[in-house]
Amino acid sequence: MADAPTIGRKGASFDVAAFFRRYAALTALIVLLAFNFAVTPNFASWQTLNVNLTQVATIVIVSVGMTLVIATGGIDLSVGSLMAISGALAPMIFLSSFGLSYPALGNALAFVAPVAIAGMFGLFNGWFITRFRVQPIVGTLVMFIAGRGIGQVLTNGNLQAFKNPTFQFIGLGRVFGVPCQVIIMLALVAAAAWTLRSTLFGRQILSVGGNERAAWLSGVPVASVKRWVYAISGLCAGIAGLVVVSINSSSDANLVGLGMELDAIAAVAVGGTPFTGGQATVVGSLIGALLIQLVRYTLLANGVPDAAALVVKGAIIAGAVWSQQRGKPT
Amino acid sequence: MSAATANAAPPGRRLSLAWAARQRVVIALVLLILFGALRYEHFLGAYNVLSVLRYNSMFALTSLGMCFVIMGAGIDLSVGTTAAFASVVSALLSPYGLFPGLLGGLGAGLAVGAVNGFMVTRMNIQPFIATLSGMLVASGSGLLLAHNQSVSVSYDTDFTWLGQGDLLGFPTPAWIAAAAYVYGSVALNFLSFGRYVLAVGGNEEAARLMGLPVDRVKFLTYVQSGVFAGLAGVILAAQFGAGQPAEGVGWELFSIAAVVVGGTLLTGGVGSVATTLAGVLLLGLIFNVLNFENGLGWISLSAYWQSVVRGVFLMVVVMASSGAARRVARSA
Repeated sequence: MADAPTIGRKGASFDVAAFFRRYAALTALIVLLAFNFAVTPNFASWQTLNVNLTQVATIVIVSVGMTLVIATGGIDLSVGSLMAISGALAPMIFLSSFGLSYPALGNALAFVAPVAIAGMFGLFNGWFITRFRVQPIVGTLVMFIAGRGIGQVLTNGNLQAFKNPTFQFIGLGRVFGVPCQVIIMLALVAAAAWTLRSTLFGRQILSVGGNERAAWLSGVPVASVKRWVYAISGLCAGIAGLVVVSINSSSDANLVGLGMELDAIAAVAVGGTPFTGGQATVVGSLIGALLIQLVRYTLLANGVPDAAALVVKGAIIAGAVWSQQRGKPT
Repeated sequence: MSAATANAAPPGRRLSLAWAARQRVVIALVLLILFGALRYEHFLGAYNVLSVLRYNSMFALTSLGMCFVIMGAGIDLSVGTTAAFASVVSALLSPYGLFPGLLGGLGAGLAVGAVNGFMVTRMNIQPFIATLSGMLVASGSGLLLAHNQSVSVSYDTDFTWLGQGDLLGFPTPAWIAAAAYVYGSVALNFLSFGRYVLAVGGNEEAARLMGLPVDRVKFLTYVQSGVFAGLAGVILAAQFGAGQPAEGVGWELFSIAAVVVGGTLLTGGVGSVATTLAGVLLLGLIFNVLNFENGLGWISLSAYWQSVVRGVFLMVVVMASSGAARRVARSA
């Protein structure tokens, strides 16, 4: 939210209604928190906080990359499939004869190689989209379809179960009581927010999304910027894939990251990043993901069935985006 | 990027680009069928042809609805879960007979489509997000109605005929899909609705200034897509003997892929119903050919290869149509 650059009227009187429309997701989050503190039993506990943050972390990690992609006016449907690839590769590496004979090296490689390979696939998305001038939906649809297939072919569709405390630290470990993936999530959000706000690359991302032709004319390397945001999105998906298989102590390429692209896109949309590009807020995506998670938690904790929670989730997404639409001076 | 490029190009070039892509998909389909017919003994046998048609009729229906939505410059992510929701409703109504089951499924699809259309046209929510919400709502409603389980259909009525039966030697679902495509073709080429959809998709502002009922046209494309998805759900329930609330995952992206392979541009304003059908058959037949290839015993590709092959195929189609675009640009 804070990092969304907008041209505001300086010195205009404070408009309460406009404020609530602009910060609809944040307001809703606070209201929901207050509601839970009052109604839901055992809500104010570290355990509740940790459960919710652990569940939301993978969505936020993917949303960080997705926010940058959407800031350029693109979209990335392939993130779930890239998670499946990275999730399939890591156990293959540390369960291989090499990984078993050199555990330290094997574990290090199990962290680095899958993420790097997911990043390469992301870079491929970017290359495909810029080189052939393909619409991002179609361009990343290719990797959405083929990527999960690659993960399934790698593992022959089998479930890989494992027990590897060193590797699983990324999903099960804690630093000062804070789950490891929550730290990764916060670090990525901070890094991306800072990049968008204060670096040349960040300004280039926004200018490409705002007006691609103008950006190109003013010397922004449009194709290269786009390739990089898709690569970053791939890297984020790769990390998220590792987290998911660590939590599950098993990797199933059929299921890892299934539907993640839509969860991440929903978080970005609820967070207030418009799909037209040129504006982006990574912190907003974090808030959006937290809001969706907390709505689901609130409903489940108060005995509403999961299926009804899905319907409410759909309504929340539509409602949040609708309220932002109304907030815009058009 | 491609959106801007396509909009900047003169309409003639966009049309010829789409035309080139369309010829390719038909040629590719003919080549694949020839390949299969020459290589595998039973490829063109009645059993294989009829089962391919029976199974792919559901995807043909969702892709047809998707085709109109995309021609109107929208997108519909909800078709898969709408079909699942409709399959539950029709399974629940199947004890009352064929028509109650059929109408229930169609009604469920119509309801989801109307919600989608309302969100897009009245609430001004981008189609991607609006139909993403619609997707969740349909999925949740189906699961709620079915109590998270599949609902078996009644075999006492003739409801299952819609999915398992035959008419004049062809599967009933294939007849339904064929009728839908005939309607789609006529609607696109000869009815004002089809012309309006293309006009709205090509340039919404211009269409509005011309006095076309833009919002109503867009609304109707979503309703129509919902109804076709509902019909696909009825067939799903009738064919497999159960309403399946958890089915339909990924159908929307399969349908989008089929429409794109069929040469319809995602930017809207251009499209073809017949080549969408060719796109559906092409993507469906790839799986079929892989099965036959495994049957020959030379190689043993797991079913998982089919998604890799489909993805690569989509990539080749997109690259080929991009090459056609550049050639047209040079010659212009």
